[in-house]
Amino acid sequence: MDFPQSAADGPLTVPLYRLAHGRTGDKGNRSNISVIAWHPALWDVLVEQVTEDAVARRFALRRPSGVRRYLLPQLHAMNFVIDDVLDGGVNDSLNLDSHGKALSYLLLDLPVRVPAALAQHLAGPP
Amino acid sequence: MKNGDILRIGCAAGFSGDRTDAAVPVVRSLIESGGPSVLIFETLAERTLALAQLARRADPQAGYEPLLDELLRPVLAQCLEHGVRIVSNFGAAHPEGAARRIQRLADELGIRRPRVAVVHGDDLSGPAHRELLAHALGTALPGEPLVSANAYIGAEPIAQALRAGADIVVCGRVADPSLVLGPALAHFGWALDDWDRLARATMAGHLLECGAQVTGGYFADPGYKDVPGMARLGYPIAEIDADGHCTLSKPEGTGGRIDERTVKEQLLYELHDPAAYLTPDVVADITAATVREVAPGHVRLEGVRGHARPPSLKVNACFETGWFAEGEISYAGPRAEARARLAGETLRERLAGVAPLRLDLIGVTSVFGDDASRWMEASASGDARDVRLRAALQHRDHASAQRLVREVTALYCCGPAGGGGVRTAMRPRLGMLSCLVPREAVPTGHRFLD
Repeated sequence: MDFPQSAADGPLTVPLYRLAHGRTGDKGNRSNISVIAWHPALWDVLVEQVTEDAVARRFALRRPSGVRRYLLPQLHAMNFVIDDVLDGGVNDSLNLDSHGKALSYLLLDLPVRVPAALAQHLAGPP
Repeated sequence: MKNGDILRIGCAAGFSGDRTDAAVPVVRSLIESGGPSVLIFETLAERTLALAQLARRADPQAGYEPLLDELLRPVLAQCLEHGVRIVSNFGAAHPEGAARRIQRLADELGIRRPRVAVVHGDDLSGPAHRELLAHALGTALPGEPLVSANAYIGAEPIAQALRAGADIVVCGRVADPSLVLGPALAHFGWALDDWDRLARATMAGHLLECGAQVTGGYFADPGYKDVPGMARLGYPIAEIDADGHCTLSKPEGTGGRIDERTVKEQLLYELHDPAAYLTPDVVADITAATVREVAPGHVRLEGVRGHARPPSLKVNACFETGWFAEGEISYAGPRAEARARLAGETLRERLAGVAPLRLDLIGVTSVFGDDASRWMEASASGDARDVRLRAALQHRDHASAQRLVREVTALYCCGPAGGGGVRTAMRPRLGMLSCLVPREAVPTGHRFLD
């Protein structure tokens, strides 16, 4: 995936992992993925762009039956609950990763547009 | 209950198969801190109980946590000497067997026999509960043989056993956070409908129950989330106060890290609606919870609220649903990916009509895609030069499933050039169903061994 690093004052497009961290959990055929802002200043961008629709598109090839987002503003965290996305879950799936442990990194690669003024709060190497 | 009263609970295992050397620094830290303390081991994931039932079928003495000795041997004497009580679900499908083994272990170590209590009520796999299950599962009840059926029971019998003087409480399936709420109930004497306090200790349990996942495990990501000392992660200790609020830390001198980020990730782990985390004991609500690093390596959780517990208990039932077969073969060097893809196409043709086949190209794409292999089909063929083809399918019938194993093995001579390193496996497949049963239908309790 190409992430152009615009110069000067234009917005940047960066992968979500520079704005947030998170982890995946599973229960049955349901995955949950947390997305937690590295810095409170990045929270509004997350709320605006890391939406249920954006997550549903990200997981489209796995055919989720539903995506629900829960916001926890006091923790600058959101929780995604993605239904029927684990091929039946740990006992049924043929996937090597039958828990779907790796799925947080599928989401954390989502491209996000960030105003240049917030660039200082992004994690990782520029 | 006195003000300033603190109960310390350390967790030294987060699943069956976890590191077994975590308890020593945790116990040392609990003893140094003084005051009442408890050590828990959480060793049951969703399918562990079914595997334990199968183990017990093969050997009537088995069925409890296979690493029980390794977990307890290094710390049992110290725990008994210093009054650190032990609570665990390592009883799995045979809590009484685990309890007897612990007493023999004490004999072998030449220490006094602990008072071991066994919690009962969770196991619904026997004929007496067949009707209850059939009713709860309704039309979902499969025809296949039942392997295990367990209700997630709560903290009450654990608290009762501790109040009755147990040194060690051995459980089968209890809800994971109940391993922490039970000791807190016994220590602080909270009412069973003191929902806020129950919810707070429950979330302390939730943070502890996966062991190192709150102290830097399942977290490290070099350059973004650096964790020192991954090879010697310290496991977590919660200091729980009389209102149920908790402060988490880990033993001095251990690796890992605990900060607001590790705690937030674990707080949301396997959680769905943050306003309603359901347990047998309480419905916990973290929508107003705060996570704050109050000192380096000390993180406080506050603001958790509670609501009345659900009227039903969750039951997981596992059934023998056939066989799971997989096989792998490697290709390397020029055109490795093309050769691996050709091997995959060959398998598809050879196994057509047996069962839906999953194919992965390890080194290209292997886990993000679903079982329909749409991901792999959607990815253009590249020029990866070190690729391992993996094939997997499931079938009710052993011989049919085994055809995959034979076809992957045959690729040695009949497949594309340079294929090597075939590994295959056949495993029994366990279909799992969940249902709810009325709480009254699952009486729980404890009894002492001997």
